[in-house]
Amino acid sequence: MVDLFLGAALVGLVAALAGAAAPEGSRTPVTAGLTVVACGLALVVALHVLATGAAVSYHTDRLLPLSGFTLRLDRFGALFVATSTVVGACAMVYRLGYEGHGLSSRTASSDLPVFVTMLLLVPAAADVTTFLFLWESMALTSLLLVLADHRYRHDVQTAGQWYAVMTQAGAAAILVGLVLLATRSHSQSFAAIALVAGHLSPWIRSTAFMLVLIGFASKAGAVPLHVWLPRAHAEASGPVSALMSASMVNLGIYGILRVGDGLLHGGPAWWWLVVMGIGALSALFGALHSATSRDLKRLLAYSTTDNMGLVLVGVGASGLFVSTGHPALALLALVAALVHVVFHAVFKGSLFLAAGSIQQATGTRDLDGLGGLLTRMPVTGAIFLVGGLGLAALPLVCGFVSEWLLLQSMLHGLPTSNAAVAVAMPIGVGVLALTGGLAAFTFVKAAGIGLLGLPRTAAAASARDVSRWMSVGGGFLAGLCLLFGVAPFLVIPAVTDAARSLIDARAPAPLVRGWQLDLSGAHSQLAPGLLAAVLLAVVLLLALVQRASGGGAVRVTEAWGCGREFQTAAMEYTATSFGEPLTRVFENVLSPSRDVDVSHVAESRFYVEAATVHTSLDDAFERRLYEPANRGLQRWGAVARLVPNGSVHRYLAFGMVALVVVLVVVA
Amino acid sequence: MAAISLLQVIGVVVGGPLLVGLMRKVRCRLEGRIGPPVRQPLLDLRKLAGRQRTRPEHASWMFPLAPLVLVGTTLVVAAIAPLLATDPALGWSADLFAVVYLLLLGTVALGLGALDTGTAFGGMGASRALTIGAVAEPALLVSILALSVPAHSSNLPTIITTSLAHPLLLATPQRLLALAAFVIVIVAESGRLPVDNPHTHLELTMIHEAMVLEYSGSDLALVKLGESMRLAVLLALFADLFVPWGIATRPGPVHLAVALVALVAKVAVLGGVLAAFEVAVAKLRLFRVPELMAGAFVLSVLAVVSALVLA
Repeated sequence: MVDLFLGAALVGLVAALAGAAAPEGSRTPVTAGLTVVACGLALVVALHVLATGAAVSYHTDRLLPLSGFTLRLDRFGALFVATSTVVGACAMVYRLGYEGHGLSSRTASSDLPVFVTMLLLVPAAADVTTFLFLWESMALTSLLLVLADHRYRHDVQTAGQWYAVMTQAGAAAILVGLVLLATRSHSQSFAAIALVAGHLSPWIRSTAFMLVLIGFASKAGAVPLHVWLPRAHAEASGPVSALMSASMVNLGIYGILRVGDGLLHGGPAWWWLVVMGIGALSALFGALHSATSRDLKRLLAYSTTDNMGLVLVGVGASGLFVSTGHPALALLALVAALVHVVFHAVFKGSLFLAAGSIQQATGTRDLDGLGGLLTRMPVTGAIFLVGGLGLAALPLVCGFVSEWLLLQSMLHGLPTSNAAVAVAMPIGVGVLALTGGLAAFTFVKAAGIGLLGLPRTAAAASARDVSRWMSVGGGFLAGLCLLFGVAPFLVIPAVTDAARSLIDARAPAPLVRGWQLDLSGAHSQLAPGLLAAVLLAVVLLLALVQRASGGGAVRVTEAWGCGREFQTAAMEYTATSFGEPLTRVFENVLSPSRDVDVSHVAESRFYVEAATVHTSLDDAFERRLYEPANRGLQRWGAVARLVPNGSVHRYLAFGMVALVVVLVVVA
Repeated sequence: MAAISLLQVIGVVVGGPLLVGLMRKVRCRLEGRIGPPVRQPLLDLRKLAGRQRTRPEHASWMFPLAPLVLVGTTLVVAAIAPLLATDPALGWSADLFAVVYLLLLGTVALGLGALDTGTAFGGMGASRALTIGAVAEPALLVSILALSVPAHSSNLPTIITTSLAHPLLLATPQRLLALAAFVIVIVAESGRLPVDNPHTHLELTMIHEAMVLEYSGSDLALVKLGESMRLAVLLALFADLFVPWGIATRPGPVHLAVALVALVAKVAVLGGVLAAFEVAVAKLRLFRVPELMAGAFVLSVLAVVSALVLA
């Protein structure tokens, strides 16, 4: 198995070389094909590890100096690898048909396979150096991919800057946290740290956990470290944004769990309350912004923040239950969170791929310029609808199952008679419910404005369905959404084993296997497959009855419009107007700004010549937190620039002073 | 028990329109009018069902699908929820959370159908309905949580049998708080006053009616049936959750008959009270509705907290 896993990594790197060497015409098919092969090999290994529990290990001294390069893929890591392989393979199949300008360049072509390979390797890293090396490689390759289109759109550069700063700051926090653990436990291998971590002082443990939490939460797009995500995920090209939003953010969750539970074996309740708090904040903030955003991909990116927030709520609840001594509940919450990670990857992947197709077909991702696409792009529309049902956590599709599990873990956590838990759980349910309602709103807005009604621009009116490869890539993920929605038992046992390997090997499985979800020890059941079958049967039956009852005949008419002459797209609701009531309800959080500019006719100010309305919805964290920080940094930079004025004498004096200080300190 | 589910479905299909008719009658009588007969909604449905339907020229397949999904989800809820007896067929396949999300699926489908028409009315209705749906969701789920705490389960039959076994639970503060929150949410979810006025056709105040403006013929019949069934199911659920007596806990036609009479009586009383209340209140401004829902949410959180403190 270890050879197969290394083989997967090798094929990925060969694909990168091929991308650099192959001529332009064959570049895309060769790299995409090889990367799909790499994903397939890694999937076989990951499934084998998940099924047998036998970890795959590898060590060599030749790759990295001093420390060597150590891999160990256990059940928990294999879960993330398996998720990444599926998303990766679908994105690469999609890539075959995708006409990315920047993505076809030599650099991007050889970069994309490396990024996918890193996504597969990060969860297998088994010591601090290897982990940081792979983590950084992943961050840098993804940064290059975000920047692939920088020649075509200016926003790409801004997005790249934000992403670069945030990911490097996050990596620095992770570096310091992990190095702190490694030096205190006198070993940098994860296994050795896990052995002695229990004896470290609480201060060291807490500092290290908070540092890595900052780094990993930023990668997962958690508030307030999310600011890069809606920019980078929106500006990246179709397959890249799918990989980032469905696969890379998961590794933030992986890191938190690997360090918090795997290395440190859990911690005090306040750690996990912090995690839950960040999660709840992210879920609400992300859901609100995705409900009011009019940029299709920005909307999806904010929804990623929302969903990772929900996962963090589950992760936090699980840690909280461990610290209050309820391993069975902890396992349930962790399973719920991890199942949501997997299901989110599937539905968000299909949504981002469909959004990429829409952008390619219409040239825009502004919802206010779309419309009527379901009849013009039936396949892409169907993929988007299925993924959207997952996003809205509605029955039939997988998102519902994981949301149900999260709610159950909160519900059964209530009677644990711990004050912190008792306060955290109802708030958690309230957050879940509000984000659920907002997600349904988001789905109706995105699908209703983007796919239904009249096309709002000529480009949308002339849109046609995209190439077959793109439909296959997105369609496969959409198919998985439906499959997991009716048959979650395909995923849940493997996730349970993975979660058990992380927190408590002896805790009983919270869910009875079989086609029905049945919480052991509690009367809570759900048979999603049966529910879906009954619902479909009822709807079909109703349609047949309607057809047969004489009311089946349809007359196509003009829509009624209060006596107006004809119907145009300008009369339709737009995404902005659709979100307006919600924007007003949550005015305090969203703080929308609106500029109305009216110019009057010169002769009389009672006649309006032209009127423009400019509305914007900025990220409150960006405006209140990052802009002041940026200004402060720039001011400090201006001051600091006064010091090096180019005079050699001054630099020599600096060197002299520094030397004296060092000597004094050493002495 | 397939027979129970069938009976529930038939009861809701027939009882829903009758409930709407009864509420209209009560309303008319209180306003000093005679009003149409109670069975008038059923007659309307029969008339509409045989008529040709129309479809706006720009609409896709979503438009005719939406009423089917609306009625379908409500029928599934009617089949799986313990309305008459604690063990309907498939009752074990879903819990209160599933019921909530099924009803939400119906709302979402109708919203998509409304946007599919491409008219301003459709978008306006969908936007407003979904906004209210989103802000009603926390109060709904947290009040469910409050009900689930004593039973340690969100399973509907378990909640009902627990309250039957411990009748004193029904008078506890947490139950009463949850009850208050639940009433507000039901009013919002079924589009009644003061959240939405089902009788209005004034564009400024329409919510639900704006969404279904383009439906006609058999499609309109489905929409009307769906909304009346939804009201009936919500009121029946409310009755069983807070006043469970009469529900059949054992099999047998006698128990079922008793349960049917008890449920009809409970729902009729609730409907009458709701109608009388509707005469007395005016519709809230749209932007005041979230405040109402926030109030309901606070009540439901208080219900959970008091459930934990007093348990």
